[in-house]
Amino acid sequence: MGLAKRIIPCLDVDAGRVVKGVNFVDIRDAGDPVSVARQYNEAGADELTFLDITASSDNRDTIFPVVEQVASEVFIPLTVGGGVREVADVRRLLNAGADKVSINTAAVFNPELVQQASDKVGAQCIVVAIDAKRVSADDEPLKWEIFTHGGRRATGIDAVEWAQRMAGYGAGEILLTSMDRDGTKIGFNLPLTRAISDAVEIPVIASGGVGNLQHLADGVIEGGADAVLAASIFHFGEYTIAEAKAHMASQGIEVR
Amino acid sequence: MERIAVVDYGMGNLRSVSKAVEHVAPNATVVVTSDSATIQEADRVVCPGQGAAADCMQALNAHGLSSVIQQVVHTRPFMGICMGLQVLLTRSEENGGIDCLNVLPGRVQRFESPLIDADNTRLKVPHMGWNIVQQQGASSAREALWHGIDNGSRFYFAHSYYCVPETAEQVAGTTDYGLSIAVALTEGSVFACQFHPEKSGSSGLQLLKNFVSWDGQA
Repeated sequence: MGLAKRIIPCLDVDAGRVVKGVNFVDIRDAGDPVSVARQYNEAGADELTFLDITASSDNRDTIFPVVEQVASEVFIPLTVGGGVREVADVRRLLNAGADKVSINTAAVFNPELVQQASDKVGAQCIVVAIDAKRVSADDEPLKWEIFTHGGRRATGIDAVEWAQRMAGYGAGEILLTSMDRDGTKIGFNLPLTRAISDAVEIPVIASGGVGNLQHLADGVIEGGADAVLAASIFHFGEYTIAEAKAHMASQGIEVR
Repeated sequence: MERIAVVDYGMGNLRSVSKAVEHVAPNATVVVTSDSATIQEADRVVCPGQGAAADCMQALNAHGLSSVIQQVVHTRPFMGICMGLQVLLTRSEENGGIDCLNVLPGRVQRFESPLIDADNTRLKVPHMGWNIVQQQGASSAREALWHGIDNGSRFYFAHSYYCVPETAEQVAGTTDYGLSIAVALTEGSVFACQFHPEKSGSSGLQLLKNFVSWDGQA
């Protein structure tokens, strides 16, 4: 018995409201981040991730009061990502009550940001989000590269090497999303997850493609993930966190 | 009205800690402060902290808080959390070695790399997530602080360095992560933990609730 594998629901937040809807039985306001966070806490989520997808710069600051409110009422770890460009953004989110800040595109364009942020606030607060896509042909050895702009723009950076570089720069955790699988509901990209998890000493959160509970268990057992992140299967009430944990436990995975 | 000071030396997220303390002590005045006099006037003190040991010690010294902490730990209930625990020890090996407050004799060291457990599985560092805390020892402080919390409850951790206290008598809780590590220490009116009670759901809130009603008796 030891460290539990974590289940992390991920919420997209636009201009201070949870989008794509959350379909819980008891929820008052499915768009209210505090209500949703409270429900997930009560349901047994191990951690929450908020992704700020606010496009308009006018509404950029709307994430801060959301983080403040959630952190004032829900006492489990909270990771916040989206639009983090400089160390000041990291500090502001942590001061608002985030426990960890996820850096994505900015890390690709300015890798030293990860180093500076980690030096300042500690590795345990810095998550580097990696969006990877397979670039090898079927008859070639597997190879994945980092993509930006929602998987549309290639960078030519090898995903495994990038993960190692980010770990070396002081990332405390990697949030790995397979852009090939995101939204498909056919399961995590397990070879990608395994390759990254084996390549780095820091924990890896698997993301992208979850459609059922076995996918979560596969991410841990076959992919070697330390945590699994999912959105729609929980938000739309297809499965509860408790069902997910019971299923993972039945496969011999330690859960809280 | 009881006053609880949350020590602010510019290192890390204090909102979660202060809100969690307010949550369990609705009738107390909770102040987040870097002011020596306010800390000395408080009935109890909570010292959180995140980041690197050298930065934390430097920040404590820069705010003139090192001697204040060394004094208040003996005179009222005091809780250290995460880095607020590690700075209480004698020395940390982080950042090439740094002297700490020496309230609790012992040192702070990094998990081995690679960290391998008994089943030959490689463990990730930082130690991140919910792990089991075994309550250790017997004393009136332990009885008060662990009240209502099942032995073996899980708490949330996020750290790469851990404490090695000199005396086993101070250990109030241990966790297995490749090896058995001390994750809760108590001495006199001090209780300090490596995990984050403010992020550990109902068990964490119960621990904080126990702290705010503890009389500080060892």
